[in-house]
Amino acid sequence: MGSQSRARESRSQGERGAGRVPPGYKKGTMTDDPKPTRTDVLIAGGGFAGLALAIALRQGLGSSFAVTVADPAFARTGNGDGRASAIAAAARRLFETLGVWDAVAASAQPILDMVVTDSKVDDAMRPTFLTFDGEVSPGEPFAHMIENAPLIAALTQKAKAEGVTLLAEAVATFEPKAVASRLEVQLAKSGTVATRLLVAADGARSKIRERAGIASHGWDYDQSGIVTTVSHERDHHGRAEEHFLPAGPFAILPLTGKRSSIVWTESKKEAARIVALSDAEFHVELERRFGLHLGDIQAVGPRRAHPLGLSVARDFIADRIALIGDAAHVIHPIAGQGLNMGLKDVAALAEVIVDAARLGLDPGTHDVLERYQRWRRFDTAAMGVATDGLNRLFSNRSDVLRLVRDVGLGLVDRLPVLKGLFIREAAGLVGDVPKLLRGEVL
Amino acid sequence: MPPRSSTVDDAEVDRFARLADQWWDTRGKMAVLHKFNPIRLNTIKQAACRRFGRDEKKLDALAGLRILDIGCGGGVLSEPLARLGASVVGADPATSNIEVAKLHAAQSGLDIDYRATTAEALADAGERFDIVLAMEVVEHVADVELFVARCGEMVKPGGMMVVATLNRTLKSFALAIVGAEYVLRWLPRGTHQWDKFVTPNELEIALERAGLRVVDQQGVIYNPLADRWQIARDMDVNYMLVAERAS
Repeated sequence: MGSQSRARESRSQGERGAGRVPPGYKKGTMTDDPKPTRTDVLIAGGGFAGLALAIALRQGLGSSFAVTVADPAFARTGNGDGRASAIAAAARRLFETLGVWDAVAASAQPILDMVVTDSKVDDAMRPTFLTFDGEVSPGEPFAHMIENAPLIAALTQKAKAEGVTLLAEAVATFEPKAVASRLEVQLAKSGTVATRLLVAADGARSKIRERAGIASHGWDYDQSGIVTTVSHERDHHGRAEEHFLPAGPFAILPLTGKRSSIVWTESKKEAARIVALSDAEFHVELERRFGLHLGDIQAVGPRRAHPLGLSVARDFIADRIALIGDAAHVIHPIAGQGLNMGLKDVAALAEVIVDAARLGLDPGTHDVLERYQRWRRFDTAAMGVATDGLNRLFSNRSDVLRLVRDVGLGLVDRLPVLKGLFIREAAGLVGDVPKLLRGEVL
Repeated sequence: MPPRSSTVDDAEVDRFARLADQWWDTRGKMAVLHKFNPIRLNTIKQAACRRFGRDEKKLDALAGLRILDIGCGGGVLSEPLARLGASVVGADPATSNIEVAKLHAAQSGLDIDYRATTAEALADAGERFDIVLAMEVVEHVADVELFVARCGEMVKPGGMMVVATLNRTLKSFALAIVGAEYVLRWLPRGTHQWDKFVTPNELEIALERAGLRVVDQQGVIYNPLADRWQIARDMDVNYMLVAERAS
């Protein structure tokens, strides 16, 4: 970053006296600012979406295409908030195509089947309304469960190997400009970076989205998802369970070994109370809902309550800016689709950028980004509405609604074609699917 | 370099800067041209990679190829070609276009040889190119056959020429004149004169007389749902011909 420190020096000298311009810098109007560091794409946020996009771009466009990822979290070690994610079949194909799946395959638990029940907390019997055999094609499970930490580690390592520049710092600010060949972005430590495209992968409360003046519409569910990991006596045999309890869904998602990840929906107030309970009291609440079918259980690792909401950005693009992942949309986790939608953004944006760059076009221009927005915005709205409807239907104490949903689920269970479509949709294999999600290289 | 002292120069530079903003604003007056750009770039690149044995996936697929872009305007086609590694000469008779193109190339950090000149003058000077491009120009020239002959002269043995233009059909009158200029107002009225449009057959004859053989032809149609131009068999309105000179 030698040019950066020189840059700062020259500016302060310029302020002191007009006659003291350092050699090599012109005194004048347009070229007064010394040249900032350049990159082709700057990605703010080193989560799944940001790292996967960086890898895809380097693999598609080669070493002459500069990709930078900035995230203060790179400086932190032990990325363990205990969360796990469901990786749908399409998302797994993307990770395979990028060459990161092999590194995490041993930590990924295939979901072999799935059971959905509808009951009250203390019901002795939980009638099963829906069962899925979880394969999209023979030998290909429709989803895997994996803890976030090893997947992030594998993506980070791959990004480094592909020559992505990783900066452990945040994007501080930038000046939105309509017509300019680059966007000048200020980083917390490295100073100015001039990029052709800035990608906001900085999460649900994206600072870049805010700075770009893009409004986000949505609402809060007044629900929180309690997330923790449970170890149990008996093997889960790769079965995922979703119990629709009156407060909302309680999901048991199989992890490797005799462990499961729990996503447990409660009202915000109740969730805060439960998380704060002593271990023994927490165990009682957990066991009431989890049941005894897997033998003795024990909560392991941290437990946290995450507020649930739905929000979709009004635009996914601005001048030389694209939003991906949670920065573009946050949906209810009821169907486990949040991460997979983020990876759909990645696959679509990567394909659009690679196509443009191979034609010599500037990937940050409106025409190029508009193709990405058209591709992703409709799908996102549809998924948002669907998960919202599911949540409203299921997070409810009304017996009438319970009857409606049970009849509905019972019907789905008896119609193999509809069930097959549900599985393929949940696996991310329906619609105009970008290449990476079909397992094709760019 | 001393700062500019003449106010006339500054005013001119300002004017060109404003013009450049117009040329390069993909949502502004030149929106149609920008929308059209990917499809013609794709045709040029594919044909060039085939002809010169290049890898289409490489970002420097056109490295070392000398390309002439006739009627380059503000450089909307020249810049991407230069970015792919080609050594581009952009020619336009309008000095203001050339100034705009130079200004923008400098901003983009690209090295392009822009000249305020004509195809005839370049041919007279004995210039030779691997690829000669006449994209959306033949419908504006006075003598198509002469123009194609002079362009063809500049194609090196083993080289190629790509021509994109408008067909002279009832449909092109309805779409390109009435539709684009009067109804949708994509283009200023009077941009095109229908009787100057050229049929693929007339163009092919002119190219053959210039010693080139047409190896590919494709129509380009507008898909209003996707708001995108795409390749089609229908050559009734917009079309492109790829012609090669034997090596």
